[in-house]
Amino acid sequence: MTASTSGPVPTKGGGSTPLPDDGMTASTTGDVQTTKRRRTNSRQNVAGWLFVGPFGIVFLALLVLPIGYALYMSLFQKSLIFGTRFVFLGNYLKAFSDPSFLGGVWFVLRFSVVLIPVQMAVSLAIALILDTVTSKFARFSRLMIFLPYAIPTVIGALMWGFLYSRNFGPIADVFGAFGASGPDFLSSNLIFYGLLNVVTWQWAGYYMIILYAALQGIDPTLYEAARIDGASTWQIIVRIKIRLLTPALVLILVFALIGTLQFFNEPKILQQLAAGAIPDDFTPNMYAYQQAFTLANNNYSSTISFALGAVVFVCVYIFMFVTRKRGNFLS
Amino acid sequence: MSATDLEGRRVRRTPRYLPLHIVLALLVLYFLIPFWWVVVNSSKDSAGLFGGGNALWFSSDINYIENLKQLFTYNGGLYARWLANSALYAFAGGIGATVLAVLAGYGFAKYTFVGRRAAFSILLGAVMVPATALVIPTFILFSQAGLTDTIWSVILPTLLNPFGVFLVNLYARDAVPDELLDAARVDGAGEFRTFVKVALPMLRPVIVTVLLLSVVSSWNNYFLPLAMLVDNRLFPVTVGIGLWQSTASTYGAAGTNLWSIIILGSLVSIIPLIIAFLSLQRYWRGGLTVGALK
Repeated sequence: MTASTSGPVPTKGGGSTPLPDDGMTASTTGDVQTTKRRRTNSRQNVAGWLFVGPFGIVFLALLVLPIGYALYMSLFQKSLIFGTRFVFLGNYLKAFSDPSFLGGVWFVLRFSVVLIPVQMAVSLAIALILDTVTSKFARFSRLMIFLPYAIPTVIGALMWGFLYSRNFGPIADVFGAFGASGPDFLSSNLIFYGLLNVVTWQWAGYYMIILYAALQGIDPTLYEAARIDGASTWQIIVRIKIRLLTPALVLILVFALIGTLQFFNEPKILQQLAAGAIPDDFTPNMYAYQQAFTLANNNYSSTISFALGAVVFVCVYIFMFVTRKRGNFLS
Repeated sequence: MSATDLEGRRVRRTPRYLPLHIVLALLVLYFLIPFWWVVVNSSKDSAGLFGGGNALWFSSDINYIENLKQLFTYNGGLYARWLANSALYAFAGGIGATVLAVLAGYGFAKYTFVGRRAAFSILLGAVMVPATALVIPTFILFSQAGLTDTIWSVILPTLLNPFGVFLVNLYARDAVPDELLDAARVDGAGEFRTFVKVALPMLRPVIVTVLLLSVVSSWNNYFLPLAMLVDNRLFPVTVGIGLWQSTASTYGAAGTNLWSIIILGSLVSIIPLIIAFLSLQRYWRGGLTVGALK
């Protein structure tokens, strides 16, 4: 399915809303006889739910139930003296004054604020280059830049961990040749940048492909018209290309935000290699993991998971609501 | 400008894009360096790794065969088992998720049923629930049910793929004409038969895309199996390599012969993905770029 060429996937202008109006479907099933329509409707009802049902069961069992259970667990506290007792929002009050949790939230927010603009700038620049250059080498580059997306984040983080390593990475060699000691991206001073590089490497290609596909979907006659009006290449990029890319850029921002706030795999993998630079409460998810597995504190772990999930969900929903006029992938 | 217009343009065009080609070449270099490092260093034994030779070039002796032998015999051949587990989790979870997503996506696209609007809104909300935020709640729930540390604890959660439903719905709405379904109904075919005979062949491209995305995301999964599994014979390859890596890091020099195995193990584990990725790229792009095209 090459979405840019085949019709089925909605394109600009010809798009439709995710749910066609009920009236539209009814008119195709025929509104000649009301009895027939009623029979059709009940048939539609049953068949529709039979198709959606199996997914619905999985959805209830593996999404609604765990979330509900985490919410329930988060309202209790377990201690040696009192046993398990209901504390209502006590765990949340504890979490939002717990330096470990707040420190983790502060880190992922700081990380997002630096990472997302960098990632978007890099992927946008590459997409614009690939939209301009159409050589064989450009097609090859597109594939190679996208390749890290297919690699498990665990292996991606591990490969960069090797490259950063003082024992067998090339950084020490390269700097050693000039008689200098190279930067140690696994030290607590530079781990922020070390992780920034790993995540950018892993995801920039994916975002680039989204932006590239959107660029390919723009009608080229727009550029010709702009050029006749005397627009420079730079003006075409800023005024036409980037403006029409806004929905895709919003999509990327949301994906990146969701991904970064729940940061876990990369710091968890680099934790051992970067001795001491990544504590157990480095990110909220790592802290929840530590609470559940090292300390067997399921109540507090649930609280952190639920608080994190709710924060992400609310942030993203508000963001989508604010940007809905500009057009986003759910509108 | 003695050449003709056409030739003149050709002469001008090559140097115009030269800087951009240089930029692209540097980018490709950056994105490929980790792969190159792994390919080169999985050929070394521990002496070659730690001997202080060039980290980005082969050492004098190439040890691929010896390292492969060690990789597949270390810990009683655990690595092969991890690969098999990864394949099992990826295909069982991926196929299951795809079947559910195709049925539900088609149901949402082609039937008007009571509660559809509400159900679809909930689905769209679920697309935005962070997947890893569900891991620990699911773990706690499964531990109550005694399901942790079984293959089901990894397979069942991967069946949930709201984005797949969204994708199939989007595709089915336009790709499967209502008239064709009505014609089949008039001919007396039941709803399920209509779906199998008429709709399914038309949905083939989106089915492949959803399957590919689900299989790869469960192959790459780390947090979920890490949380669920204790028995290392049930580990997928991502968790297994993570375990070896932390063992090797913790024991420092004593674990050094393990490093060659870890590096080669990383390389071997990504080869199937790279092959799938390169041979099926048109399906990838279809699924990844949907939504960006509105």
